[in-house]
Parts: sequence; structure tokens; C-alpha cells
Amino acid sequence: MVEPRGTLILIPAYNEEAAIGAVVREVRTLMPELPVLVVDDGSSDGTATLARAAGAKVLSLPCHLGLGGCVQAGYRLAYELGYDEVVRIDGDGQHDPNYIPLLLETLRRSGCEMAIGVRKGAKGGYNTSLPRRIGIECFRLLLRPILGRPVSDPTSGFVAVNRRALEVFARSFPLEYPEIETLVVLQRRRFRFVEVACPVRPRLAGKSTITPFRSFYYVIHVLLGVFVNVLRLNPRRAVRAVGETFDD
Amino acid sequence: MIELFDILTVLSVLLLLVVLRAIRREHIRVEYSVSWLGAALALLLLSRSGPWLNAAAARIGIHDPALLLLALILIVFLGVFYRFSRIVSELKDMNITLTQRVAILEFLLKERDEQA
Repeated sequence: MVEPRGTLILIPAYNEEAAIGAVVREVRTLMPELPVLVVDDGSSDGTATLARAAGAKVLSLPCHLGLGGCVQAGYRLAYELGYDEVVRIDGDGQHDPNYIPLLLETLRRSGCEMAIGVRKGAKGGYNTSLPRRIGIECFRLLLRPILGRPVSDPTSGFVAVNRRALEVFARSFPLEYPEIETLVVLQRRRFRFVEVACPVRPRLAGKSTITPFRSFYYVIHVLLGVFVNVLRLNPRRAVRAVGETFDD
Repeated sequence: MIELFDILTVLSVLLLLVVLRAIRREHIRVEYSVSWLGAALALLLLSRSGPWLNAAAARIGIHDPALLLLALILIVFLGVFYRFSRIVSELKDMNITLTQRVAILEFLLKERDEQA
């Protein structure tokens, strides 16, 4: 039995040496009491060294797994170490750590398993490209009937999860482009999520990995992933799963 | 048609030899060679079963037995590809789990050393 250990800040990073130090320092300055774990996804640059120098613990993956594998490694470690909550933010500086307390407070108050920092409706705007906005809008329309409720920003990587979700994600997590599929995984378990409006900032450095060429593959991959997860939806099993989790 | 069968015989024997050579040189593990050896033997059998193919094609209503031969070859190789897709998927899952486990163990060891 592991001891409860509070909240962990999780930052997946791949070749983010230009931004990771500043991101870690900002989080550490705002919340010095919270440990920061950078999961280095086999970077070929100085990401791990700079993150460590800025005060983060670094989980170094021996080879590049992609975003899903990288985040899941962090979730697995957090679960094994007994953390009750994990807040995931990106390593490029787009997410404002000032909103972490609000995200955590909403997670606790709502009793939901996941709180999502959505980029829509916040003061800082929603500065993403038009094709990507269109894609996100399509995913929103697709997810609405599956989730039985609207979702504002299904591709946001700014999330807080509690231990119940952590337990599930430590065992099963989508490997590529995980954000959208994660919502369907939550639905399979009859878990709930809540949204918190958080403005995004420009990246400190680097570019999105989803280039125009890759976006086609992204859409197909995500649609297939969602479809497979919908096929796995089993109401009887889901109800049992909730019972098991709440009994713990 | 007879020439096609002969070409197929040569190709299947070549495939058999290539796979056996790869096993001997340890380029392919024995357990993963089974599908290829099975495919090569299936092709060899097909190439030597002209009368049966003609009869089967006539019975199904295919005018050209070569089309039936092509369809059967396709089925054999689809089976091989499907099996390898499953194997690759399983290996990728295991690889990811192992990579994560190695990283976590290294992390915990470092933590313990730092605390000691």
C-alpha cells in the first residue's frame, strides 16, 4: 500500500530545450510546494538537463514513444508513487500555470475524474490555425453524441486527473494523439469530466508536431481510435467498473 | 497457364530457400518463419494442382483458372500480413511497457541513491 502523496505536475517533453527550463521555473515559482515531473520522451537535445537544472525531477524514456506513451509513463509513475492528483501541462509554455490552482479546485469541487483546461471562451483567446479549428469543431460534433454532452476543446492537453482516472490511465492510455480518445476512454468507465476556461499563450519555442501533411493522418487516426473505443463501450461493464473504483 | 504454374513453382521454391537461408543465418526467428514457410508450401501446392484448379474454377464459374490462382495467392499473403500485423502490434505494446518500466525503475533507483 502506497502512502498518499498529494499533487504532481506532469510535463511531457520532446526536444523542448528552448522552453522547458522557463516552463519548469514558472511552475516552481508559482507552486513551490508541488513536485514537477518532466517526462523526457527520448529527446536528442538538452531537454532533460535543462529541466533538471530548473528544479524538476526527470523521467527519461530510453527511446521516443510518442505523446501517449510519454504521458502514460508519467501517469504510471505517479500512480505507483501514490499521487492523488496529476496536472498535465505542455512543455512549450502554451499553458498558463497560473490556472493550475483553478483546475485543481474545480476537479476537487466537482467530484469529476478529470478537469480540462479548455482554450475556448477565455480572455487570452484561442490562437490556433483555421484548419485546426475546423478539425476541432468536427471532433466536437462527433464526440457530442458519444459522450452525451458537449465538449468545448477536445484536443486540450491541459488537464488535471484524480486517482481514479490515474488508475485507469496507468493501465490503458491511447498512444498517439491521446486527448480525444481519452474522453471516450473516460466515457467507457462512466467517468466524468469538467471544463475550465483557461487562456493559452503563444509557444515559447518550437512548432506543433501536427503539420498540414500530418493533419490528415491525425484525423484518420483519431477517428479510428474513437470508433474502436466506441465499439468497446459496454454499459454493463462500465457500471461495474464505477462500482469497483468507488469501493476502493 | 502451364507456364504460369511453372513460374509459380520456381517462385515458391525460391521463397522457401530464401526463408530457410534467413533462418540459418538467424535473420528470421524460427517462430516467425512459420507463416512464410506455410505460404511458400501453399504456393508450391497450388502451382502443382492445375487440374484441381481448373475443376474448381469451372465449378465456381470463373472462366480463367489464373484468376482463381491469383485470388488464392492473395488470400495466402493476406493471411501472412494479418498474422504479422498482430505480431508487430503485440511487440509494440510490449516494447512500450518495457520502455516505460525501464525508465520508471531507473528513476526510482536514482531517487533512492539521492536519498541515501
